[in-house]
Amino acid sequence: MSVKSQSIDRKSEDERLRRVSKLKVILNRPELGALGGSILVFIFFGIIAGDTGMFSAYGTINFLEVSANLGIIAIAAAMLMIGGEFDLSVGSMIGFAGICIAIPAIYWGWPLWSAILFAFAIAVLVGYANGLLVVRTGLPSFIVTLAMLFILRGATLALTRLITGRTQVPGLRVLIDNDPIAWIFSADTFTGFFTWLGSLGLIELRTDGTPLATGLPASVLWWIGMTIFATWILMKTRYGNWIFASGGDKLGARNLGVPVGRVKISLFIGTAVAATIYACVQVLDAGSADTMRGFLKELEAIVAAVVGGCLLTGGYGSAIGAAFGALIFGTVSMGIYYTDVDTDWFKVFLGMMMLIAVIFNNFIRRRVTENK
Amino acid sequence: MNAETIVEFNQISKFFGSVIALQDVTMHIKSGEIMCLLGDNGAGKSTLIKTLSGVHKPDKGEIIVEGKKTIFDSPRDALDLGIATVYQDLALVSLMSVTRNFFMGREPIKGIGPFKTFDIEKANRVAADRMGQIGIDIRDPTQAVGNMSGGERQCLAISRAIYFGAKVLILDEPTSALGVHQASVVLKYIVKAATQGLGVILITHNVHHAYPIGNRFTILNRGKSMGTYAKKELSREKLLGMMAGGEELDKLEVELKEIDRVGNNNN
Repeated sequence: MSVKSQSIDRKSEDERLRRVSKLKVILNRPELGALGGSILVFIFFGIIAGDTGMFSAYGTINFLEVSANLGIIAIAAAMLMIGGEFDLSVGSMIGFAGICIAIPAIYWGWPLWSAILFAFAIAVLVGYANGLLVVRTGLPSFIVTLAMLFILRGATLALTRLITGRTQVPGLRVLIDNDPIAWIFSADTFTGFFTWLGSLGLIELRTDGTPLATGLPASVLWWIGMTIFATWILMKTRYGNWIFASGGDKLGARNLGVPVGRVKISLFIGTAVAATIYACVQVLDAGSADTMRGFLKELEAIVAAVVGGCLLTGGYGSAIGAAFGALIFGTVSMGIYYTDVDTDWFKVFLGMMMLIAVIFNNFIRRRVTENK
Repeated sequence: MNAETIVEFNQISKFFGSVIALQDVTMHIKSGEIMCLLGDNGAGKSTLIKTLSGVHKPDKGEIIVEGKKTIFDSPRDALDLGIATVYQDLALVSLMSVTRNFFMGREPIKGIGPFKTFDIEKANRVAADRMGQIGIDIRDPTQAVGNMSGGERQCLAISRAIYFGAKVLILDEPTSALGVHQASVVLKYIVKAATQGLGVILITHNVHHAYPIGNRFTILNRGKSMGTYAKKELSREKLLGMMAGGEELDKLEVELKEIDRVGNNNN
C-alpha cells in the first residue's frame, strides 16, 4: 500500500517537473525573439497603417514577397551560422548567378532551363570553393568569403561587360513561357483561389475585373518550403545534429567522429545554392539580369538570421527564427511606405532592431547555459 | 575479475623537432584496473595521451592492443579498437541538449533511404537511462548541458564513452576543475566503471585524487617514465615526493613558514 502511494507521488512529481520544463523550453527557444518581434511589428503597422491598404491582398503579397526573397537566403545563412561560419559572398553570388542564367540564355542561345541548371552547377562549385578554403586553411570564413564577395562581384561586372558590352542583360521574359522549369521560380500560385476571392469581391479588382493580386508568388512557397525542410534537417536528422556540433565545438565534434569539414562545406554549398534560387526568382520576375543585383543582401541575410536567434559564435539558432527575421525585415521595409515616416529612416530602424535582437539573444543564451 | 592486458605501450618516444617530448615510456593497462599517470606540468602527460589516443604517431616504440601490434592513424582508429579519451574540454557543447551531446557523431537512426531521421525518442531514453544509472537525475534529457554542474558533465562524457564500447578509458585531468564534492562523485564513478571491467588510465597531477582509487601509478618527469608502482609499494607521501612537485612543495612550505613568521612579527 505504502509502495503504491509512493509511486503515485513520484509520478505526480514527474508531471509537475515536466510541465515546468516545457514552459522553460518555450522560453528558451531561439526563435522566440523573432516570433515576438513579428507580432509587435504587425501590431505596430496594424495600428499605424491598418487602413492604408498595407494589409489588403495586394499589399500583403508585396511585403510577403520581399520577406520571402530574403527568407530564402536567410535560412541558408542561418544554417551556416549554426554550423559556425559566415558567408559574405551571398549577395555577390546572387548577381553572379543572375548573369550565369541570362548570358547563356540570351547571348549563347541556350534553352532557359539549361542556363538555370548551369547557374546551380556554378553555385555548387562556388560554395564548394568557399567551404574547402575555410576548412583547409583554417582561416576565418569572414575573410575567405569577403574575398569571394569581391571576386564574384568583379567577375560579374567584367564578364557581363566583356560579353555584352553592358551591365544589364534584358530580354528573358519571352523565354519564360513554355520553359519546363522556369515556372518553378516565377509562377503565381493559387491563381484560381485569388480569382475566386475577386469574384466574391473580397479582394480589390482591376478595372477589367481581374484581381489586383493575381496569385501567391512562387518565392513565398520556396520560403515556407525551405523553412520546413531546414527545420526538419536541424531537428530531426543526424546531419542536423552534426551542424549544431560543428558550430558548437569544432574540435570536440571532430574527436567524436563528426565529419566537421564535410558538414561545413555542404553548408557553404547551401548558401550559394540559396543565393541562386534568389537569383532565379528575381531574374525571371524582372525579365533581366543586372550586375548589381544582390548588393548588400549578404548583410541583410545575416541580420535576419541574427534577429531570428542565431548566435554569431555558432551552435545555436533556428531556421524558423530566420524565416521570421526575414518577415520582420520585409514587413518593415514595405510597411514604412504606408506610414508618414520618411523611408530614409528604415536603415536606422534595421540597425536598432539588430542591436536589440543581439542583446536579447545574449540574454536567452545565458538563460540556457546558466540557470540550474 | 580477469586481469588480461588490454593495451601495452612499449618504449614510446615522441619528438617535436629537437624537443624530446617523450622518451622510452613503457606502460600497460589491464581490464578492471585504474592506472594513474602522474606528473607535473610539462612532464609530457598531454603528449602521452595524444599518442595513446591516436592524435600523434609515436616516433619510436610500439602500441599493442589485445596482443596485436597496432598503428593509429587517427583518433577514430583508436576509438574503433575501444580506446576512448575524455579530454579536459569534454567535447560537450553547452548549448546543446544532454541527448544531442550524448549521441554527438553517433546518432541512432530510424527510417529508410533519404528519410532517415535521428531517432530522438530512443536517444532521449538511452541518455536519461544511462545518466540515471550513475545516479544523476536529469529531469529532462532535452535540457541544455550548460545547466549541468562540472561533475555531471564529466560523468556524462565518461558515460558516453562507455556506452559506445570503450574498453580502455583515458581520462585527462577529470577532477582538475571540480570542487571537493563534485570530484568525489566523479572519482566514485571511475571506480564503478573499472569494477565493470574497463581499464582506466587516469591522468592527473593531483595525488590526493589519484591515490585513493588507483591500483598502479606511473610517474612521468620531463618526458621520461620514473617507473610504475603498485599501490602497496608506495605511500602517498612517497608518491608526492616522486613527482617533480614534491621537493618544490617542501621548499614552498618552508618559505611560507618564513612569510608567516615575518608577518607575525610585524603585527
